[in-house]
Amino acid sequence: MTTLRIPTPLRAYTSGKSEVNVTGIKISEALTDLTNQFPAIKPHLFNEGGELRPFVNLFVGENNIKDLQGVETPIKDGDKIMLIPSIAGGVS
Amino acid sequence: MIEELSHQQILRYSRHLLMPEVGLQGQLKLKNSSVLVIGTGGLGSPVALYLAAAGIGRIGLVDYDIVDSSNLQRQVIHGTSTVNKLKVESARDRLMDLNPDIQIDVYNEPYTSENALRIAKDYDIIIDGTDNFPTRYLTNDVAVFLGKPNIYGSIFRFDGQVSVFYAKEGPCYRCLFPEPPPPGLVPSCAEGGVLGVLPGTIGTLQATEAIKVLLGIGEPLIGKLLLYNALDMSFDFVKLKKNPNCRVCGPNADIKELIDYEEFCGVPGHHADDTSAGAGWDITAQELKERLEHDPNLLLLDVREPHELEIAAIKGAKNIPLGEVAQRMSELDSAEEMIVFCKRGSRSARAIEILSSAGFKKMKNLKGGINAWAEQVDTSLPLY
Repeated sequence: MTTLRIPTPLRAYTSGKSEVNVTGIKISEALTDLTNQFPAIKPHLFNEGGELRPFVNLFVGENNIKDLQGVETPIKDGDKIMLIPSIAGGVS
Repeated sequence: MIEELSHQQILRYSRHLLMPEVGLQGQLKLKNSSVLVIGTGGLGSPVALYLAAAGIGRIGLVDYDIVDSSNLQRQVIHGTSTVNKLKVESARDRLMDLNPDIQIDVYNEPYTSENALRIAKDYDIIIDGTDNFPTRYLTNDVAVFLGKPNIYGSIFRFDGQVSVFYAKEGPCYRCLFPEPPPPGLVPSCAEGGVLGVLPGTIGTLQATEAIKVLLGIGEPLIGKLLLYNALDMSFDFVKLKKNPNCRVCGPNADIKELIDYEEFCGVPGHHADDTSAGAGWDITAQELKERLEHDPNLLLLDVREPHELEIAAIKGAKNIPLGEVAQRMSELDSAEEMIVFCKRGSRSARAIEILSSAGFKKMKNLKGGINAWAEQVDTSLPLY
């Protein structure tokens, strides 16, 4: 079991949950589990082609999966995955 | 170059002078430093106040807005007495009162590709206290091109982010966020709200980082991103690396000059009307009033969050929050005409986009949202 931390802007799509427990041995599996549990979050993370949107940043511990093996990055029990959103402030 | 402090200045800055990390030499460094603060809103307020108090010799303030009473919940540099005044003048007056020793330069203009390099070039550090994606990308690119540190802070509801983007020594903003989210995917604070003290926390951290960078002390957040959540009271740090494919600071950068940032972010310009759904979709509050007189059963679709209905509501409207429109559109009849509204008109414009792509055609967007309705038709409702 791995914990995936959901930032405030995306909690509207996870029933307000700040953390979601996900299973899987790599990031792609954890994300599939997340989107199975909360289908409404899917379009915010993936484009129509099923690829992770470029402004979505996922970190395992302190490291960006872009600096590791992308969605193939392995994860293990107890890892903390963080979704880091692009936020700008006042105006859309 | 100022080489000494007056007796008065020594007394004013004595708590700094007592610390070996600052001392007399450090305070002189601050006195000879200059910082440009982009935005005098939620973030810019604490940034400018603390930098002025710290004795930064020259502070530049860029903003083109005027003070509104809805700003005062968080923009603590302004006050009730400066509502309706230019923000840069309101801020300057407050800073001059706090520290008459320093120089404040104000730029009452939008920060754009046309003026940004000219404004920023003479400052040591740039602080990103902006509130929109185009100006954030502009602020980043200007800092990269001029080789200056960009002290970044950003907020949303209870979340904040802080970093020091300094392409000479680490990643830039674009290394982390190569492109912005499409408009509408991320709600703004104007629609989503923000805890008033949050920009206080984040702006104060930005001011801290600016002072550290100017003094050359401690470990600035270069190559690190701080993530703060006020509800959880959590501070998390992640490592940021330079992106080898970065289009502005990477080895094969292809963006060599400032671009059209509004176009890049897919959003309208500074003075564009973001409360409109575009040509053909809009209905004004007055027109809606007349329509309802003839057709009292006209469907009104309120796409705001349920808790906003307690603030102001239009009787008889059906509520489906924007985030649920895609899932719940089966509750709506595409053959029946409907008027979609939110607080100001931007969320309803997004709802119309979603419904339109699903085949709905008979829709209008209440221009200016329930706030326009409250101003022009039902003045018993509050503005928010």
